[in-house]
Amino acid sequence: MYPGDFYYTKDHEWVRVQGQDAVMGITDFAQKQLGDVVFVQLPEVGANLEAHQSIGTIESVKAVSDVFSPLAGEVTAVNGDLVDNPEIINQDPHGKGWIMRLKPADPKAVERLMKAAEYEKHLEGLDKET
Amino acid sequence: MKKTRFHDLHKKHGAKMIEFFGWDMPVEYRGIIDEHLAVRRRAGLFDVSHMGEIHVDGPQALAFLQFLTPNDVARLAPGKVQYTALTTPEGTFVDDMLIYCLKPDAYLLVVNASNTDKDYRWVAERAASYDVRVENASDAYSQLALQGPASARILQPLTDIPLADMKPFTFLEGHAAGQDSLVSRTGYTGEDGFEIYTRRPDPSPLWTALINSGAAEGLEPVGLGARDTLRLEAKLMLYGNDIDATTTVLEADLKWIVKFKKGDFLGRDALMRQEESGLKRKIAGFELLDRGIARPHYPVFSGGDKVSEVCSGTFSPLLKKSIGLVYLPLELTVEGTEFEIAIRNQRARARVVPTPFYRRPAA
Repeated sequence: MYPGDFYYTKDHEWVRVQGQDAVMGITDFAQKQLGDVVFVQLPEVGANLEAHQSIGTIESVKAVSDVFSPLAGEVTAVNGDLVDNPEIINQDPHGKGWIMRLKPADPKAVERLMKAAEYEKHLEGLDKET
Repeated sequence: MKKTRFHDLHKKHGAKMIEFFGWDMPVEYRGIIDEHLAVRRRAGLFDVSHMGEIHVDGPQALAFLQFLTPNDVARLAPGKVQYTALTTPEGTFVDDMLIYCLKPDAYLLVVNASNTDKDYRWVAERAASYDVRVENASDAYSQLALQGPASARILQPLTDIPLADMKPFTFLEGHAAGQDSLVSRTGYTGEDGFEIYTRRPDPSPLWTALINSGAAEGLEPVGLGARDTLRLEAKLMLYGNDIDATTTVLEADLKWIVKFKKGDFLGRDALMRQEESGLKRKIAGFELLDRGIARPHYPVFSGGDKVSEVCSGTFSPLLKKSIGLVYLPLELTVEGTEFEIAIRNQRARARVVPTPFYRRPAA
C-alpha cells in the first residue's frame, strides 16, 4: 500500500525524493479520512516554507484539513491539475495526486521522517485508539 | 453507543461509521458525492432508525396536538402526514417533526434523533390536563428511507401496498418483504421516495430485499453525509443547524406551517406579534462566489460588520458549488444581495439566491 521509497509524516503527508527535489502529497489514509475532495488550496511557486508550516487546506464535502509542508524549502512547482480535478487526490493520492515539489533547505532532513514500515505501524496505533 | 438493527449490514457494505448523538451510524459507504448523485438519478437506501417515534393516543389527542403545534392537525385524516413543529411559547423550536394520523384518536410523531428524549418529556409533561396517552416507542421502531426516482419500481415488487396512486404526505399500512410495515411517501432528500417503518425485532430482511430489488436500478446504500447534502439542496431544515430554540418559525421561513386561524397553540401570541411588527431577520439561501466551502458557524459580514453566522453550509454535489443557509437582517435577504463569509483567514464573497437550491423535475 505505502511505497517503500517514500517518507511519511504523522500528519499523513508523503515525500518522495527525486534528484535534488522532494515531491509531496497526502497519504491514502488521509484521503480516505477526508472522503471526496472538492477543493485544494495550493502554495505559491517560489514560496519559502518552514517545516510544519501550513501550505493551505484541502476541503472535502464533510471536512476541511490543513496540509503542512513536511520539510523546509522553496516551492518549485505545484500540481495545477488539482484546481479543476481535486478528485485526483482520492483516485491516486501517491501518484497523480501530488501537491507540490520543493527544493529542501537541508537535503538530509527528509531522512528524519518515517519510513513506510514505521508509518504503517503509526497507522495501526491510530486504529486502536478509534 | 446505540446501534440500529441494521448495524451489521452497514459494516458488511463497508460503511464508514460516526457517532451521531449517541448512535453509531453510517456516514458514507462509497463516497458522499456518489451516494448523493445516486439518489438524484436512481435511488438510495438510508437507515434512519435513529429517528424518534412518539405515539399520542386518546379522545383528546387532536386537541392536545393542536395545542402543541402550529400547523392544523384537524386537516389530517387517517393515512395523512403533516410537516410541523413542537413550538415554545416564544414561537421558537423544540423540534420539527412529522405527524402521522393513524386513526381518528391515534397519532404518531416522528422526531429528530438528537431530540427524542427532550421531545418526549416536552410532550409528556404537557399531557396531564388532556385525556391522552403518550408513549416513546422509539426503541421499538426501525425506519428505512428509500429515496430517488426509481424508488417505486424498487419497492413495489416487495409490497402489497399499491404505490402508484400513493400521494406525497400520505401513508398506508401493509407488508414489505413479508413484514408488517407502515409506508409513507415522504422523505428528506427532495426526491420522490418512501419511508418504511417496522416494529419487527429483526427487520434486516427488509434491507436485504430492498438492496437486491434495487440492484438492477442502481440503488446504493446512503449515509448521513449525503443525507445532509441532499436535504440542504432541497432546503429542508435541520434542527441544531437551521432551527432551534432561538429561531422562530417565521424567521425560519416556515410560515406555511403556521395556521393562526385554527385557534390557540403554544407560541401563537409570540408569532402573531412578530407577524404584526414585522420580521427583523429571516433565513436565506446563499451560494459562494469565491472558492472554498462555507461551513456551519463561519462568521458572516456585511459592510464590514459581523451580521450573522452560517447555519448549514456544504458543497453541493449536484450544483458543484458551495451553498448554505444563514439568518440575515431582512434588508439583506433580497435575492442577489452580496455579503462576505470569513473562511479561516480570508473573506469569501457570497450571494443570496432563490431556494430551494434544487427542485426535482416534474414527473
